[in-house]
Amino acid sequence: MGKVHLGTLLVAGSLLIAGSAAADGKFGKYANGEIRSGYTYMTPQSKAIQDDDVENPGMIWVDDGAELYEKVDGEAGKSCKACHGKAEVAMKGVATTFPKYDDATKKIKNIEAQVNRCRAKHMKAKPWKYESNELLAMTVFIRHQSRGMPMNVSVDGPAVKFFQDGEKFFNQRRGSLDLACKHCHQDHAGKLARANVLTQGQVNGFPTYRLKWQKVGSTHRRFRGCNKNVRATPYKYASEEYMNLELYVAWRGRGLPVETPAVRN
Amino acid sequence: MAKTKARVKVPKSVNKGEVFQVKTLISHKMETGQRKNKKTGKIIPRMIINKFVCQYNGKDAFVADWHPAMSANPYMAFYLKVGESGNLDFIWTDDKGNVSKKSAKLNVTG
Repeated sequence: MGKVHLGTLLVAGSLLIAGSAAADGKFGKYANGEIRSGYTYMTPQSKAIQDDDVENPGMIWVDDGAELYEKVDGEAGKSCKACHGKAEVAMKGVATTFPKYDDATKKIKNIEAQVNRCRAKHMKAKPWKYESNELLAMTVFIRHQSRGMPMNVSVDGPAVKFFQDGEKFFNQRRGSLDLACKHCHQDHAGKLARANVLTQGQVNGFPTYRLKWQKVGSTHRRFRGCNKNVRATPYKYASEEYMNLELYVAWRGRGLPVETPAVRN
Repeated sequence: MAKTKARVKVPKSVNKGEVFQVKTLISHKMETGQRKNKKTGKIIPRMIINKFVCQYNGKDAFVADWHPAMSANPYMAFYLKVGESGNLDFIWTDDKGNVSKKSAKLNVTG
């Protein structure tokens, strides 16, 4: 009898799991439980732009990045490909683990920082300016190789301190409006701020093609925009504050698929 | 972006007389001529793609005049019907006379 009961329990258990998966099915692969990608807040028209690779203007940057990946630059006479090999293999899954702790600087680095490190150290080339078309294209291209794979950044070990700093930033009120990130993106996600639907502020689709910007933009550009909107002085691109915040926000979106290049309004 | 980059999608093969969709996308900043340089106060001159032509075997198949208020990186989709296999040429011309070209092959069966 005991065995039968156990069996029934197991069946009931698996039914429960199946049941919750069905509930999640509303947003399909674009959600992980309560965690929802910005995609799920978009209008059907904007979703259609992202879904079609020809219609998605972000793909132009992917093409650009693919060219830059094979282009020889710097005194060392190397391209990215010379060391890394085929991007489809070498860069697959890379985006899911960034930003991560960096042993060399004892800080958090994102993909942009890693690209420029490689350029300076191995290619002996000039680092690209943050938010330049080249750096955006390369970041989009690298992240694009992991499209569909779940975000999975490491926030333990040496990263803990930075993760906590990022969390603190997220919960810290700032600016004349005295708002923290969490007030819009955690407490009131899904509601309206004027005519805009507030999302959870996930970064799984970055650098995203933003229709307002008419080009792709990095997470740090988005952070700066948000900070300005609450009348706070934004931090600089690639600043430590934003690196830590990027780590925390990437962790918030754990399990969401990488969507780069996503399209957002 | 200094150099424009175009993406085009046509079906690999179509049936004779079938109506099919062609999708195109090109990178261009499409400066409207309405914006001012914030520092100098001077108007940034208009710089848009003003003509888009799709030729089939050298003959115009689809032509469009574009005006300001088109978005940057314009996307264009349209429908064609053809009788024989051939080459599709896509030509974008902007205000400075820069021409971007892209071509695609089309197989017609039946």
